[in-house]
Amino acid sequence: MRNNTESAAAISIRGLRVIRGGNLVLPHIDLAIPRGQIVGLLGPSGGGKTTLMRSIVGAQIIAGGSVEVFGIEAGSPALRRRIGYVTQAASIYPDLTARENLAYFAKTVGVGADGVATTLRHIGLADVADRPVSTLSGGQASRVSLGAALVGDPELLVLDEPTVGLDPALRRDLWGLFRELRDSGKTLLVSSHVMDEASRCDRLVFVRDGAILADDTFETILTDTGTDNADAAFLALTERTAA
Amino acid sequence: MSPSLTWNTAKRVLTQLRRDPRTLAMLIVLPAGLTWLLQYMFSQSPVPATGAIFNTIGPRIMGLFPLILMFLITSITMLRERQSGTLERLMVGPTGKADVILGYALAFGLVAAVQAIVMTAWSVWPLGLEIPTGLWRLGIVMVLDALVGTALGLLASAVAKTEFQAVQMMPLVIIPQLLLAGLFVNRTDMPTALTYVSDVLPVSYSIDAVNSILAGDGNAIWAPIAILVAFITGALVLGSLTLRRRTT
Repeated sequence: MRNNTESAAAISIRGLRVIRGGNLVLPHIDLAIPRGQIVGLLGPSGGGKTTLMRSIVGAQIIAGGSVEVFGIEAGSPALRRRIGYVTQAASIYPDLTARENLAYFAKTVGVGADGVATTLRHIGLADVADRPVSTLSGGQASRVSLGAALVGDPELLVLDEPTVGLDPALRRDLWGLFRELRDSGKTLLVSSHVMDEASRCDRLVFVRDGAILADDTFETILTDTGTDNADAAFLALTERTAA
Repeated sequence: MSPSLTWNTAKRVLTQLRRDPRTLAMLIVLPAGLTWLLQYMFSQSPVPATGAIFNTIGPRIMGLFPLILMFLITSITMLRERQSGTLERLMVGPTGKADVILGYALAFGLVAAVQAIVMTAWSVWPLGLEIPTGLWRLGIVMVLDALVGTALGLLASAVAKTEFQAVQMMPLVIIPQLLLAGLFVNRTDMPTALTYVSDVLPVSYSIDAVNSILAGDGNAIWAPIAILVAFITGALVLGSLTLRRRTT
C-alpha cells in the first residue's frame, strides 16, 4: 500500500531541484497537492512559481528529485491528455479567431465543435468567438488561452496567473468557474502574485526565493502567523525564515 | 505522430495564411512578377546561337524565387511558434514533434505547389518560355526548390533566437548556395575544394536537374530529384529533432 498516499495526491514532488541558466532556481522542493481542490501558488514574481508549474506539466528540465502527477512521472505520454496548462503570456494564435484557436487545441485532444462551443460559453466569449484574437482585449485573449486548456476537460489544470489584468467582475466570474470545475472533481493549481486571491483558494502554497514558506489552508496560516490578511502573513513568514 | 494531428496543424497554418492576404499575395504573385522582370530584362538582348537568353537563363534563376521566399516565411513563422508559448503548450499535450514539423511542411508544401504552378505556367504562356522537354518536369523542380526553402527555414528557426537573427540566416544559408550551385561557373570548373562543398548543397542538384531539362534529357532529372527529396526529408527529420518537450 506504499502508493496509497501518492495516488491520493494529484501532484507529489520530492526533492525537486531545478537549475536555469546557471542559477539554482529551485534548490529543494517537497510538496503534495491534494486532488479536488483549488490550490493557490502565491508569491512575488521571480520566486520560482512558473518554474515549479513547468516542472509539474513536464516542460522543465529538472536537475534532481521527482515530480509525479496522479502517481505517474511528470512529462509521461500518459499524462498529456490529463493536464491543462496555461502559460503566463497568452499562448494562442493572434491571427485566428477565438473559436479557431480552441478548435485547434481541442482537436489535439480529440474534442470536437460541441466541446468548443461549450468552452466558449464557460469563458464568456461566445459573442466574440468569431473575431480574430488580435482584435480582442488583453483580458479576452487571456481567456482564450485559458479556454484552450479547458477544452480537453483535463483532470488537472495548471494556471499561471490566469486572472492578471482582468477587471474585478471578470475575476469573480473566473473564480466562480474554477470552483465549478473543482466541484466536478478537478484539481486546480493557480498561481498569483496578488495576495488578495488567497481567500478564494482551498489551500495555499507560499513560494519565495525558490522555497516554500507555507503550505496550508488560509485560516491555519493566518492563525499560525497571528495576522488577518495574506500580505501580512506572507511578510511574517518571510521574516521568520530570515531570522 | 498521427495523420489527423499532422493535418490539424497544417490546416491551422493554412488558416493563418488565409488571414494574411498580403503574405499570400507575396507568395503567389511575387515569383511570377520576378519572372516577368527576368524575361523583360533579356527581351532586347541579341539572341545567341544557344537560343533566346530567357529560355536558357530563366529556368535556372526562377527556382531561386520560391526557395528564398519560402525560407524567409517558414523560418519566421516557426520562430514565432517557438517563442509565443504555443509550441510549449503543444509539446505538453499529445501532439508529436513530427506532427508539428510535417504539419508546417504540408501547409507550406501546398502553397509551394500553387506557387510553382502559377510561376511555371506564367513563364510559358504570357512570357513565351520554350524548353525542350516536358514542362511538368520544370514544375516539379520548382516545387522541390520551395520545399528545400521550407525545410531549411524550419531548421534555421532552431538556430535563430530572434526574428532579427532569423532574417540574417538568409544570406548565410542561401547566398553560398547561389554562388556554388553552378549558376555562374559550372560545378565541374570550380576549384576542387568548392566542388565538394557544392556537392553537399541542395540547390546544386536543383540546377543540375534544370540543366538536364534544358539539355533535353528529361530522364536525367530523376537522380538529382531523388537527392533533393532525400535532402528535404533529412532536413525535416533534423528539424523535428530540434523541438523539445522539455526545455531549460
